[in-house]
Amino acid sequence: MMVRLNNLCKTYGTTKAIEDISFEVNENEIFGLIGPDGAGKTTIMQIVATLLVPDSGIAEVCGMEVNANFKALRKHIGYMPGKFSLYPDLSIEENIEFFAALFGTTVQENYHLVSDIYSQIEPFKDRPAGKLSGGMKQKLALSCALIHKPKLLILDEPTTGVDAVSRKEFWGMLKNLQKKGISILVSTPYMDEAALCDRVALMQSGKILQIDTPQAVVNSFNEVLYAVTSDKVYKMKEYLKHSNYCKNVHLFGQEVHVTLNTGVIDNVVTELKNTGFSNVEIKPINPTVEDCFMKLMVQ
Amino acid sequence: MERFQDIDKADSTVIWVKNMTKKFGKFVANDNLTFSVEKGEIFGFLGANGAGKTTAIRILCGLLSPTSGEAYVAGYDVYKQSEKIKQSIGYMSQKFSLYDDLNMMENIRFFGGIYGLDKKTIEQRTNELIEKFGMQDMQKKLIKDIPLGWKQKIAFSIAVLHKPKVVFLDEPTGGVDPITRRQFWDLINETAEMGITVFVTTHYMDEAEYCNRVSIMSEGKIIELGKPKDLKEKHQVNSIDELFFKVARNVNY
Repeated sequence: MMVRLNNLCKTYGTTKAIEDISFEVNENEIFGLIGPDGAGKTTIMQIVATLLVPDSGIAEVCGMEVNANFKALRKHIGYMPGKFSLYPDLSIEENIEFFAALFGTTVQENYHLVSDIYSQIEPFKDRPAGKLSGGMKQKLALSCALIHKPKLLILDEPTTGVDAVSRKEFWGMLKNLQKKGISILVSTPYMDEAALCDRVALMQSGKILQIDTPQAVVNSFNEVLYAVTSDKVYKMKEYLKHSNYCKNVHLFGQEVHVTLNTGVIDNVVTELKNTGFSNVEIKPINPTVEDCFMKLMVQ
Repeated sequence: MERFQDIDKADSTVIWVKNMTKKFGKFVANDNLTFSVEKGEIFGFLGANGAGKTTAIRILCGLLSPTSGEAYVAGYDVYKQSEKIKQSIGYMSQKFSLYDDLNMMENIRFFGGIYGLDKKTIEQRTNELIEKFGMQDMQKKLIKDIPLGWKQKIAFSIAVLHKPKVVFLDEPTGGVDPITRRQFWDLINETAEMGITVFVTTHYMDEAEYCNRVSIMSEGKIIELGKPKDLKEKHQVNSIDELFFKVARNVNY
């Protein structure tokens, strides 16, 4: 077991950041904390990273209790905070050498771990970290978090504000690190990234809504979900929200996702056609993690 | 100058850009951009990180001059009338929206004051907002104590408090929960229906589908521009997400 959390609570003033959080991260697993800002993802990660003491509950990493063993554990943990936190005045090379030295190792010794990532920014190794583009900063931060060969990598929202193409690339890097035996605890507000994790905890307002594999989350949706399209999707969404036949109605790009309250789906088709919507098409679909998340939110 | 007069006549074009280029040293951030955005339109401004979106937005907000080419916003020239532009636009982003240490009422008064609204108008629009969102008990709370989703909805409403010609939204829904994200787009739609142009960037490709038209930038150039439906047909793809993966490159990121 890489991480074991038991009934963790943390309060800031009157705000409960996390409430009664329990889960485990297996060895060599990619475990995702999925949820919006304010869900409590960062608080959990900082506790696991030995940087924050919980009000109550127990956190263990590599079988060691976190508070009592924080010094020993830091050797085994690589942490990349959500905010860029390297030295902006030091060059790429100076930053990574600094972090290697802090942990009593060298860049050469663990180069194999970071080579895929670091080689992309190495041509610019003399450039100050503060002058790098967002993507290069991220690659440097990841390299610095890995250079002491941690067993557990903690990544706090590494893809927030990152475009769809670069996000996909980043997840490719994570999968490669997993192949090298590293366990990964990662957080994201992007629901589509849940599918790339081995297991996920869906989180909202300091609480866990569900923990499972992405496939099991989707399977637990337990209702037939329909995708409805027509020539006027937005107007149709507004209309369906007020239809007695429909329970949950959510816009999903060019489709409206609908679950039924009562009746059969043909009722909805007829209703839409009679109201003047044309090119109405309805098909049952597999829910996404985002569908499940919204369902859990309103429950 | 000729074009400025045209715009004056044709009130319907809110953003008009022709051959606009911006260089930083040797680096070409915006390479010969040409596009226009109409009144009441929801225009999605897409592109990979580092493609040049932020530079273009800064120019259109009157914060930066292009190196060459022409650009008019709300009928004003970005070279010579940037102060007029600033009065005619609204702006919000994920990073900057409201002052954390002021409460909601104070934020409204502050921004209303900056945009030159009189006390009576500010009071009236404040009441409208409170009623619309049903947030009577939230008005005295400091913004930092309000959940992000709410904060972003309030920030958007304040960005259009002075009824600008166009509002620029830079990743307004980043980190917002999926239900609030959709409510935010309801607000965008309402605003556009009032005749305010919405110029929006996002990394959520499902949101790109909600725009009347989208452009995709890559390496400083606009490589695609059109209605989502037309672009999908042109490239034989099922979604803007697919299209984005097909055409967008992230070379400068």
